[in-house]
Amino acid sequence: MSKNVMIVGVGGQGTLLTSRIIGKSALKEGYDVKISEVHGMAQRGGSVVTFVRYGDKVSEPVVEEGCADVIISFERLEAMRYAHYLKQGGIIVVNDCRIDPMTVVTGAKTYPEGIIETLKQTYSVYSIDGQEIAKSLGNSKVLNSVVLGYSARHLGLNVETLKQTLESIVPPKTVEINVNAFKKGYESK
Amino acid sequence: MENKIIMLGNEAIARGAYEAGVKVSSAYPGTPSTEISEALAKYPEVYTEWAPNEKVAVEVAFGASVAGVRTLACMKHVGLNVASDPIYTFAYTGVNGGAVIVVADDPGLASSQNEQDTRMIARSCHVPVLEPSDSQEAKDFVKLGYEISEKYDTPVILRTTTKLAHSQSVVTLEDRVEIEDKPYERNVSKYVMMPAAAKGRHKVVEQRELDLAEDANVLSVNKIEKGSDKIGFITSGICYEYVKEACPNASVLKLGLVNPLPKKLIENFVKSVEKVYVFEELEPVIEEQIKSWGLNVLGKELFTKQGEYSANLLKKVVYGKSDEVYAKLETPNRPPILCPGCPHRSVFSVLNKLKIHASGDIGCYTLGAVAPLSVIDTCVCMGASISALHGMEKARGKDFIKNWVAVIGDGTFLHTGVNSLINMVYNKATGTVIILDNRTTGMTGHQEHAATGKTLKGEDAYAINLVDLCKAIGVPSVKEINAFDVKGLEEALKESLNGNVLTVIIAKAPCALLKGQKFLTKCAIDKDACKKCGMCLKIGCPAISKRNGEIVIDETMCNGCGLCKNYCKFGAIKVVENV
Repeated sequence: MSKNVMIVGVGGQGTLLTSRIIGKSALKEGYDVKISEVHGMAQRGGSVVTFVRYGDKVSEPVVEEGCADVIISFERLEAMRYAHYLKQGGIIVVNDCRIDPMTVVTGAKTYPEGIIETLKQTYSVYSIDGQEIAKSLGNSKVLNSVVLGYSARHLGLNVETLKQTLESIVPPKTVEINVNAFKKGYESK
Repeated sequence: MENKIIMLGNEAIARGAYEAGVKVSSAYPGTPSTEISEALAKYPEVYTEWAPNEKVAVEVAFGASVAGVRTLACMKHVGLNVASDPIYTFAYTGVNGGAVIVVADDPGLASSQNEQDTRMIARSCHVPVLEPSDSQEAKDFVKLGYEISEKYDTPVILRTTTKLAHSQSVVTLEDRVEIEDKPYERNVSKYVMMPAAAKGRHKVVEQRELDLAEDANVLSVNKIEKGSDKIGFITSGICYEYVKEACPNASVLKLGLVNPLPKKLIENFVKSVEKVYVFEELEPVIEEQIKSWGLNVLGKELFTKQGEYSANLLKKVVYGKSDEVYAKLETPNRPPILCPGCPHRSVFSVLNKLKIHASGDIGCYTLGAVAPLSVIDTCVCMGASISALHGMEKARGKDFIKNWVAVIGDGTFLHTGVNSLINMVYNKATGTVIILDNRTTGMTGHQEHAATGKTLKGEDAYAINLVDLCKAIGVPSVKEINAFDVKGLEEALKESLNGNVLTVIIAKAPCALLKGQKFLTKCAIDKDACKKCGMCLKIGCPAISKRNGEIVIDETMCNGCGLCKNYCKFGAIKVVENV
């Protein structure tokens, strides 16, 4: 087994934590793992992408164009930006939310309409309104646990391992709400 | 603790220093090197500190080495420029306790102002360079660095790049080795670099480099992985991983020590393979040396000096094709921006309104160069905002800078900006300097500095008062203003720009991402009052956008700073309680 996973989104959405949970889970299941992260200026509200690769032996820490098995996107436009990284038969999981880049706010560019429909013409796309679920649980910050739960069945890892890693990584006070968020995401169609 | 864990390259470097028995570490934060010191600070056995700049950090390491303990200094590539003064001569003195200097290069400029190559500087100062390929090697090479440092009596540079520093891979942990402090003996001809002594040491440096180059032929980290006779690669660092990914059957000479080079080993490798590529990011440091020996290798005639490499790039060049991929979809760019509630935005909104140009500096606030704020005109290096403004005044007279200011962060000001301000005082400048004091080193992820009142270890410390500091060096007019007081800022700016005295305005408010803050308010649009004029969009806050003709504020992103309210003529933005 080998998996190339990309987690994309907007700086500040928690993509880094999600990649660490997936990577740690893969290690627990006995795989070689590499994760590549984004730090520094690029994190400041910009487009961010992290990579998680696991399998018997992993060389480069990044996933290149045409090589991703799964893209988990925390925002619609970012799913569109990186969709071409998918390999044939790969899937995209999209959190259905819109964050306008400054190029759109200033009017220099327009935010594309119908992104999910466009993506569906070429790719297998699974979308979820993660904010709505997070809000219904009373904390918008558990968004990444919802999205992780929703993505869980596509990662080639035991769902129980992912849940346990999540429990071990989030702050102790927030374990319950994060696990609930994970479950809600996992149960969503 | 589990023995086998996933570690960030930078955490693995820290672990290596810990295991090697390092006792003293000094560093200045800089992406992609910052996490090394943060991770090392968690080991109580190691004294760690943030120095005000990289030169100071290396000098601290020099002192610790002379005193007989293993020591570490860390910085990003441009920090090496600041630190190169002590390093060039540290190479002459050599060490007592082992010394490793970690320098993190940033090919691809994830968070830097240039793409310089540390190996070039290391060659000119005759310091050995080790370059790891993953986190396990990062840890192992730090430990090897101390062995080389002590055996060959030299500081050693461990060079990393962004991909190595910020990738995580599996590491096996080992115990710390406690190293006994070496006795200190006064040795003027070794440690006092006046001309007569330095002449003698220069000979030592050259001989040492020759010795190490010879030994490098059999050094364990320089190794040949025999594969195809037709195609081979000489490579190091993260590039090795790209070679293994793209051409797993090729022969590879993997160099762990990239300065000095193992000539015999390279000659044998080149002769044993039909076609040899040198695969190195940035400058052709390895390639040019090999070619100077009359050997036939391929390098920069095929591969760029710019940006990061990849397995796809290698496949394209070597096989003339890459894997088939889906077509890239057209999408609007999403460049990095100042966060919601960022105090810099408030200051820049005032500069933008008054049509003032800013001589900029290194930090998040460099983002003030881009639309819609568009106030920063120059950015070169740490501290340059102030000196550049001074240069403009001396070039064109004081009227030329009537619509100019220098802007610099609190951390950057203490790094090297204070020197530039001393120059302004001394040489009769009249300009206006704004210190954007957000109480932290922001862009690198909130490191303490000499004015925050805390050390790297989290202990209480004396907090330098920036007002007192500016007054003490003789700045005639120093004002401290809340960064969100746009009226106060406007008045202070008008007064100083119309006046004739050097003025420092300290615009103070904590970084919006700084931990421990409570945001008690949120901003909301009163839809009935909103005329949709779009003035609030001109401050470039990511929480505000226009959707289907309506202005909306994203309540999860808004930090309630209220800056937007100041720019709404119709009172349509309300600051409400954050529930």
